[in-house]
Amino acid sequence: MENNLNLNLKVWRQKNAKDKGGFEEYKLSEISTDMSFLEMFDVLNERLIVEGKDPVAFDHDCREGICGACSMFINGRPHGPKQAVTTCQLHMRSFKDGETIVVEPWRAEPFPVIKDLVVDRSAFDRIMSAGGFVSINTGNAQDANAIPISKENADEAFAAAACIGCGACVAACKNASAMLFVSAKVSQFALLPQGQPERSARVMEMVAQMDNEGFGACTNTGACSAECPKEISLTHIARMNRDYLMAELTSNK
Amino acid sequence: MTSKLDSKIPEGNLEQKWTKYRSTVPLVNPSNKRSLEIIIVGSGLAGASAAASLAELGYKVKVFCFQDSARRAHSIAAQGGINAAKNYQNDGDSTYRLFYDTIKGGDYRAREANVYRLAEVSSSIIDQCVAQGVPFAREYGGLLSNRSFGGTQVQRTFYAAGQTGQQLLLGAYSGLQRQVGMGNVKMYARHEMLEVVTIDGVCRGIIARDLTTGKLERHFGHAVLLGTGGYGNVFFLSTNAMGSNVTAAWKAHKKGAMFANPCFTQIHPTCIPVSGDHQSKLTLMSESLRNDGRIWVPKNLEDAKALRENRIKPNDIKEENRDYYLERRYPAFGNLVPRDVASRAAKERCDAGFGVNKTGEAVFLDFAFNTLRYGNMEATKKGIHNPSEAQIIELGRAVVKEKYGNLFDMYQQITGVNPYEQPMMIYPAVHYTMGGLWVDYNLMTNVKGLYALGEANFSDHGANRLGASALMQGLADGYFVIPYTIGSYLNNEIRTKAISTDHEAFVEAENKVKATIDHLMGVKGTKSVDYFHKKLGLIMWNQCGMARNAEGLKKAIEEIKALREEFWNNVRVPGEANEMNPELEKAGRVADFLELGELMCKDALMREESCGGHFREEYQTEEGEAMRDDDNFKFVAAWEYFEGNNWEMNKEDLIYENIKIAQRSYK
Amino acid sequence: MNWVTKMFSSSIGQKFIMALTGLFLCSFLVIHMVGNLQLFKADDGLAFNTYAVFMTTFPVIKFVSYVLYASIIFHAIKGLMLVSKNNKARPVKYAVQNGAANSHWTSRSMGILGTLVLVFIVIHMKNFWFEYKFGHEVGYTSYFTNIATGETGSRAMEAEYKQHNKIEETMVSSPDGQQYKIVVVKDLYKEVATEFKEWWLVALYVLCMFAVAFHLYHGFQSAFQTLGINHSKYNGLIKFIGIWVFSVLIPAGFAAMPIFFFFK
Repeated sequence: MENNLNLNLKVWRQKNAKDKGGFEEYKLSEISTDMSFLEMFDVLNERLIVEGKDPVAFDHDCREGICGACSMFINGRPHGPKQAVTTCQLHMRSFKDGETIVVEPWRAEPFPVIKDLVVDRSAFDRIMSAGGFVSINTGNAQDANAIPISKENADEAFAAAACIGCGACVAACKNASAMLFVSAKVSQFALLPQGQPERSARVMEMVAQMDNEGFGACTNTGACSAECPKEISLTHIARMNRDYLMAELTSNK
Repeated sequence: MTSKLDSKIPEGNLEQKWTKYRSTVPLVNPSNKRSLEIIIVGSGLAGASAAASLAELGYKVKVFCFQDSARRAHSIAAQGGINAAKNYQNDGDSTYRLFYDTIKGGDYRAREANVYRLAEVSSSIIDQCVAQGVPFAREYGGLLSNRSFGGTQVQRTFYAAGQTGQQLLLGAYSGLQRQVGMGNVKMYARHEMLEVVTIDGVCRGIIARDLTTGKLERHFGHAVLLGTGGYGNVFFLSTNAMGSNVTAAWKAHKKGAMFANPCFTQIHPTCIPVSGDHQSKLTLMSESLRNDGRIWVPKNLEDAKALRENRIKPNDIKEENRDYYLERRYPAFGNLVPRDVASRAAKERCDAGFGVNKTGEAVFLDFAFNTLRYGNMEATKKGIHNPSEAQIIELGRAVVKEKYGNLFDMYQQITGVNPYEQPMMIYPAVHYTMGGLWVDYNLMTNVKGLYALGEANFSDHGANRLGASALMQGLADGYFVIPYTIGSYLNNEIRTKAISTDHEAFVEAENKVKATIDHLMGVKGTKSVDYFHKKLGLIMWNQCGMARNAEGLKKAIEEIKALREEFWNNVRVPGEANEMNPELEKAGRVADFLELGELMCKDALMREESCGGHFREEYQTEEGEAMRDDDNFKFVAAWEYFEGNNWEMNKEDLIYENIKIAQRSYK
Repeated sequence: MNWVTKMFSSSIGQKFIMALTGLFLCSFLVIHMVGNLQLFKADDGLAFNTYAVFMTTFPVIKFVSYVLYASIIFHAIKGLMLVSKNNKARPVKYAVQNGAANSHWTSRSMGILGTLVLVFIVIHMKNFWFEYKFGHEVGYTSYFTNIATGETGSRAMEAEYKQHNKIEETMVSSPDGQQYKIVVVKDLYKEVATEFKEWWLVALYVLCMFAVAFHLYHGFQSAFQTLGINHSKYNGLIKFIGIWVFSVLIPAGFAAMPIFFFFK
């Protein structure tokens, strides 16, 4: 049932990429437990605007857990204390009255802060451009049922493809590694017949781009998967490792 | 029909129109394509698929989206599925049947030729997506799985769990990113289009704002494509993304493009109800829940009051005191009536005082009955004789969990209520807008060189969209229509050299944008943008929502005008224009909604009939069903903008040569 | 760039090096453990000392030992390089980071645990390997075995005693006609027994075995994941071996040795 909370919010404020930034503290009262975490920020921003201050900038869009825009590091964890939810679906009933909540942006060299809690995740797009696709032009496709795919593989490919590209994996990883994100795409196509012709090239190109962007290496801590709002499994990383090894050993590149 | 609207529908039989058109449309030589530049605004299903396809053909493409990545466009949130007339289930589906269902579902307010083409290319969409590696659901034999959706009697919906939109968008996005990597597409993420540039009435480019730096940019294009989605956010609360807006379409409208059927909005019946004033958006619960959930409210007003005051629990109300109003009113379709009908019925009960949550705007969606039914079936299957009630419930819950587990989890996460134990509460919410920029058969607006694709145009869904048809239309437009139809325009443009963005038209357009921004920044009033947006949303929802009447609409128009006036005099936009400033972005969008809202009400007022999502209380049967007026309103209302928020309506008559018009009935 | 260098300089390739060298070092631990169990034999160290000679002279083993040294160096250097690369990937740290919520502390501490193990290896090699090979502290012991009865005895040689080989065997007959086999060998056993009378060294060794245990708790399983071996059918076995063999049995066995000598 609905209750009201009093909260102490510590939020990272940074005017722009060049600004050094720091924490600001805000006291909030009468926060309904039915609010989402972002609605709590709406309340804060409304107050800041009325007070003539600059509201907190943060990325968000669909607010139903699928677009991958929202990206807050809450009390030491990406998307906050609950498993398998994004920041926008986290609700205030997950917090206690009087609690101090520390909110930071994703931290990673390839995710520079643009403003406050907004970071630049275009590195993910560049990794996708490097090989996260099947090279077919529109209009060339054969009948959709011409290639049967086992349900098991289709389901596993779907589980990988469920990635929303939010970057929580990078944020959670002590090395800021993007292995879970990259492997989800590599794995999706590795499991499907459509992905086979470019399987070797894809994994090599995507890993090379991932390294160029400056992400860290994988220590297999499993933090990425544990914090992933879509619960993408570590098996995809293993599959990518295997594919990468095979590609390097057997391809002509 | 006025001469201003030429729908350019090809001659010939319905079945032959598109085939013949495709074979005869003028082509552009590959070497000429390289020097033709196309601007695409929006990176959803329509925008991304068009960008990928046109870049593959060799055009120089620029794509703009306001999100931080093309992958975040709101198409990603579509849950249910995508229709295609594949007839894989051998259940009698065909192109004609999909065409027929879509026209009928749209309550006979869509254009035949466009809808038939949509049905025709639907199969190719599935082929294309599968080839891209979109992981659709499959049967054990390895072939594609289908499910049925509201308003149809065949199984033609392809799906990927409850994330079909996501998978299709990521497919289109991967095609787009491939072209970005090859250098054929230049991507401008975190950019918002703020003006269309026209020279001598022909669209020649756009002005966009870099949302990171606040810098205004001029971009030239031989053609501009708007795939910018719908305008449901005019209601503030909707299932749209927070950033979804009408701005691009509205700027096009103000540059001469007509806006068609703006009042046709779809209200989705199964959304999580509003929980308080803090609510920022509404979450859809898939329509599929209505297969096993029974919708009810208490029969007695005292029970409803007690529920609202939290004095009793839903399960305290005895079976005989529950009103399963859909089953009562529509015995043939029961809980599976189309969206518009289900939504209105919920509103009717809540207006009569039977709403069940503290706001009085919610009805129950109850799985208890089917949980027991499934439980008994399972017990029989497992050979359990005389199972206890607890056993039955446990077995039944397992079946429900298997079918809807992720939706139940989501519901619990948002509301904090366990839907396995208590019935869900739902209420209708704004979901989709059938109206949009008027386009001809080529998807070109009445402004030469300016196109609208997907939800941004008006063309295919009439007055009501069927489930699983939005994804179909977005991708049809992007993958299979625009690549052909754009040739008929661009083949005349091969002699047009790229126009310098120093041209006075660009300078003028940029100055206009700058003036608007300066004005917004300069008001320095006392109320936030959201304050106005919420107020507008309330006016729209109350007067131009699920049910409308002349009096309310007239009142709304006056209220919107007053609110607009107040907005421009008292809005407060903090920060600076030359930096990342989300409040400034919102302010620009709300300014446009404040104009669109008025037009929607005007359109709703003009349309003196009830059809699809548009329900005028004056035009209903004694039993409260919609009364369409085909004699007087079988047309598309395309509104032309004149300075100072004045509009003039142009009619495009709808001609049905292949379908016999009938009254919809679900009794 | 040559494909081999390219492969091993990628982030995944570097992890392959870590995994392969790591697993090789794990296999060494097994051999080392089995060999060292001879310390517990009540023969004044004859078997252990003979084994030590074998390990340092047999050509195949010698070759493998060079691979081993290289592996240690590679594993350590690559590991430290990765730590530095990974640190650079997050130049601004979080003010609050709750790693415990999503991962095991050992997996987040591989660098520090590995460094401890490396320090241990240096101390350990200085104490025994270096002393044995190049040092002057390790003396010789003469073991004599009565061929007929199997009775044995031993006698330490004088400190100045030197011989060309680490081990020399002779057969002698005593005046009463008994046949004896006399083995004069460098007595590493005695060195071990002496060193482990120091309480602080024993404590250090036992502590370092905890570092080994925690390093391998994550490391062994992690190597398989890095090499792409992750399958529901085998994960249980890998996990079992990683935990019970490599982070319990082996470190406990090694830790038992200094304790044994301390109390002996």
